[in-house]
Amino acid sequence: MNLGFPLFPDQASTMAPRVDAVYFVLIGVSVFFATLISLAIIFFAFRYRRRSDLERPPEILGDLRLEILWTVIPLGFTLIMFAWGAILYFETYSPPPNALEIHVVAKQWMWKAQHPEGRSEIDELHVPLGRPIKLLLTSQDVIHDFFVPAFRIKTDVVPGRYMTVWFEASKAGAFRLFCAEYCGTLHSGMLGRVVVMAPREYQNWLSSGPVGNTVAAAGARLFQRLSCVACHGDKNTERGPSLAGLFGKHVRLHDGKVIVADENYIRESIVNPQAKIVAGYQSIMPTFKGLISEEGILQIIAYLKSIEPQEGMQVKQ
Amino acid sequence: MRAVNPSLNTCRVKWNMSKSHPDLLHHFDDPEQQLDAAQSGMWLFLATEVMFFGGMFIGYTVYRDAYFEVFAHASNHLNVWLGSINTAVLICSSLSMALAVHSAQAGHRKQIIFFLLLTMLLGTVFLGIKFTEYYHKYEERLIPGLAFDFKQGNPGYAAIFFSFYFAMTGLHALHMTIGLGLLAFLVAKAARNRFSPVYYTPVEMIGLYWHFVDIVWIFLFPLLYLVGRHG
Amino acid sequence: MIDKAPDRRLHYLNVSYGVKSWLFTTDHKRIAWLYLLSVTFFFFIGGFFATLLRLELLTPQGDLVQAETYNKLFTMHGVMMVFFFLIPSIPAILGNFLIPMMIGARDLAFPRLNLASWYIYMIGGLLTIGAGVAGGVDTGWTFYTPYSSIYSNSHVALTVCGIFINGFSTILTGINFIVTIHKMRAPGMTWFRMPLFVWSHYATSIIFILGTPVVAIALALVALERVFRLGIFDPELGGDPVLFQHLFWFYSHPAVYIMILPGMGVVSELIPCFSRKRIFGYSFVAISSLAIAVLGFLVWGHHMFVSGQSIYAGMIFSLFSMLVAIPSAIKVFNWTATLYKGSISLDAPMLYALGFIGLFTIGGLTGIFLATLAVDVHVHDTYFIVAHFHYIMVGGAVMAYLGGIHFWWPKMTGRLYPEGWARLAAVTIFIGFHLTFFPQFVLGYLGMPRRYHAYPPEFQVLNVMSTAGASILAVGYLLPLIYLIWSLRYGAVAGMNPWKATGLEWQTPSPPPTDNFDETPIVTREPYDYARGEPQSEYVPGEVEHV
Repeated sequence: MNLGFPLFPDQASTMAPRVDAVYFVLIGVSVFFATLISLAIIFFAFRYRRRSDLERPPEILGDLRLEILWTVIPLGFTLIMFAWGAILYFETYSPPPNALEIHVVAKQWMWKAQHPEGRSEIDELHVPLGRPIKLLLTSQDVIHDFFVPAFRIKTDVVPGRYMTVWFEASKAGAFRLFCAEYCGTLHSGMLGRVVVMAPREYQNWLSSGPVGNTVAAAGARLFQRLSCVACHGDKNTERGPSLAGLFGKHVRLHDGKVIVADENYIRESIVNPQAKIVAGYQSIMPTFKGLISEEGILQIIAYLKSIEPQEGMQVKQ
Repeated sequence: MRAVNPSLNTCRVKWNMSKSHPDLLHHFDDPEQQLDAAQSGMWLFLATEVMFFGGMFIGYTVYRDAYFEVFAHASNHLNVWLGSINTAVLICSSLSMALAVHSAQAGHRKQIIFFLLLTMLLGTVFLGIKFTEYYHKYEERLIPGLAFDFKQGNPGYAAIFFSFYFAMTGLHALHMTIGLGLLAFLVAKAARNRFSPVYYTPVEMIGLYWHFVDIVWIFLFPLLYLVGRHG
Repeated sequence: MIDKAPDRRLHYLNVSYGVKSWLFTTDHKRIAWLYLLSVTFFFFIGGFFATLLRLELLTPQGDLVQAETYNKLFTMHGVMMVFFFLIPSIPAILGNFLIPMMIGARDLAFPRLNLASWYIYMIGGLLTIGAGVAGGVDTGWTFYTPYSSIYSNSHVALTVCGIFINGFSTILTGINFIVTIHKMRAPGMTWFRMPLFVWSHYATSIIFILGTPVVAIALALVALERVFRLGIFDPELGGDPVLFQHLFWFYSHPAVYIMILPGMGVVSELIPCFSRKRIFGYSFVAISSLAIAVLGFLVWGHHMFVSGQSIYAGMIFSLFSMLVAIPSAIKVFNWTATLYKGSISLDAPMLYALGFIGLFTIGGLTGIFLATLAVDVHVHDTYFIVAHFHYIMVGGAVMAYLGGIHFWWPKMTGRLYPEGWARLAAVTIFIGFHLTFFPQFVLGYLGMPRRYHAYPPEFQVLNVMSTAGASILAVGYLLPLIYLIWSLRYGAVAGMNPWKATGLEWQTPSPPPTDNFDETPIVTREPYDYARGEPQSEYVPGEVEHV
């Protein structure tokens, strides 16, 4: 039905038809119950309309079986929808391990995307078709929200931490990107485009245009320039542990807690180093807050993900 | 006059506008109902106060769990001696308040006034010590937003600790100040002989309020002052 | 109903005259009128802001007002409507007027506190309007940090003060209602003989007292952070902006049940009266009110499915959100079943009640969409949400409010409103409402985010439809304003019980005497006992039938 304006969004990701299936079932059941109630009301209002003031309706107090029926049936339906929705939700926030990781930094009022191979863009995100893409997002100022209706994905983008969301585009084309958490004056101007290209075209796009270092290489240079290497060299020293192979491993802190060295841990260690002290080390790391941008932190993280421990080295567990 | 046998639907009950007590408000049937209502109302109000302080307790607990080390260091900057003295002062003030209520129950006007004034004195001592502590923090530059300077750990986390410290103890002090005003009101009423063994509801109600403010402090003190002080 | 000259009897309106007798009254019925005037005032201010919003949204570009102005408009619309209209409306007007009468008492437990509640409400409201006049606030009524605590350049602290102060008003009203219902019921008025209107206000009052203080402290912390730069929500200092969301929604979710439970109570009174039948499943409806109040405190995280809370927390909140829908569904089925074999009369209050059932059902069903995690990820912060809550709050709460005002108008004023105009208004509102908000469901699933000053052109047609509907809705709201005021002077005189309804409030003259009843009633009948014969409709001094 072509009305000249859309009534339903594109399905451009592998998740979209699955979410729509839940949506349509909900619509179907809702239409059923809303119609049932409306028709019942209309029918009763007509059939039992007052014809005389002397009418004496029967005294009906209730019916336990009906109460049970219309408690159990809605309960059953809602529990099914809960389970179905929860499974899809879990998948939306569990990226597959081979996903291509792209960093996104949001700020008032624009989106900055950084591809690992080096290309960066503003208010646009080019991605290859048919491949899982994982986004690692943070904000420089207030809470924003990364929303692509055609993919049926959304996540708040929070300052001070990383959020992840993933998708696999199933249709080539350009799709709207909205900021969906009110963020100030130009909130409604914080629009963007996600451009989905065939894999070969995506490779061409990556290598054309202004190309810098890969993100990991940029991170390596930053690691040197900010003198991180002075304490975090190839080997563990009394100043600081080696960070090779650290990413994703368990780390024992000096108060006994064990945490996973994920993106949030690394970011926190850079801007608030005293928050978590590794067992066996002193709290001497200075903070780099103000000395490094959000993009810089993401570069360091990419670098750390790329370095492996040397032969015979023990990763501090 | 209440709780009449509901199956007796023939009797017509007239309002018992008994003038036996000048403090009986016209919409109540008897003084017992009025006192009952007042007590229920005050307990409900205290429940709202629990939720009010509770929000901040929850926020504090979340951060204390996340930043325990810095919170412990920051907490050590608080003066445990002054805090302990204040705790003792408040507990004594609750005792004097309870004695004031007891005096009201017994109808001893002079005693009511004495214990109310004693409670007010202790409350004032508490506030005096509290503001002394605040002034010390000002001198040590430990008030967030006022040239805050903390060297024993992440200053941001310490600022959060002190933010909660000032917000929670400040809110508590505000409640104490309001309590002092209420006590002054009671003293005035007692001086005019408005209380008797039959009617001393305001004394009891404000007593409840005072005990509540005391109990909030009993929670605040260990939570804020005694972080990491064991062992 | 016999159209006779007004009697010379003393009642609560003519027992004393003059501004002082109103501004210093402790009569719950007069205080209800004070609230009626001020609530109506705030409603039309909020409505004025809504008008400007919908006019701006006629075109994709932001061309009527600047972006910053638009942001202030939707914030003030939300703040006015939520805190100064929806939350007080039914409880402070109809609840204040009717609860003592319905349980056979002379007044609420704390009449002076009741008056204080109104003054506190006025101070909060005027302060908030003052903040608007001074330049407004642009954070959204949800005040999310760190935008509200650090980045916004608008009058956040002042607005927050107004809302904070207003919170005390609702807390005191809640205390008043709970104590009144526990301690001041007339002889024979057992819990399960109370009208369902009273049950719903009891449940609402539980939420008043347990929830309001938490949002008070959340907003107070935002104000402190702004003024003193504390850092509790500042990520730069290690604070967590999402903590604010938890504290805020812990109240603001139960708040939506504050806004709907009283309306459900009104509907529970209207349906039996205009079907001339006992309500179907009285105890189920009564207990459902309590269940909604309790479960409502366990679901706040469903506003935060994409905010960064753990996905397992999200699943728990989704599960509880499904559970809280069930008592509402039970009520809808029970109301509908009450109509079966009834003797139904479609007076204006009944039209509002039936409209409520239809619109609330749709709004409630779309709540299931939102409780379903995967769907909520897509529609969160879009117009789907806007449509959902307007179906419940406007299609539900406002319709119930108008139905209640019409139903009890004869009792409050001693006058009848013009029935023809009232029915026209009810139908106009119903139609205008659907036209305004149904297109927004479509817009939301398409992906149009909320709080957008300008939007992509493909969304325009649906927006124009919505604004067109809003203009019809506006006419529907203006009509009662006109004819209700008209009826105060020119309306037919109402008797004691023009609807021949059960309930103690209908067994005393219209308007009632200051002490409500000449004698304490004694209750012997079950509620909505229509089968036992028509309740007495005319007042005969000395021969009040006990119900």
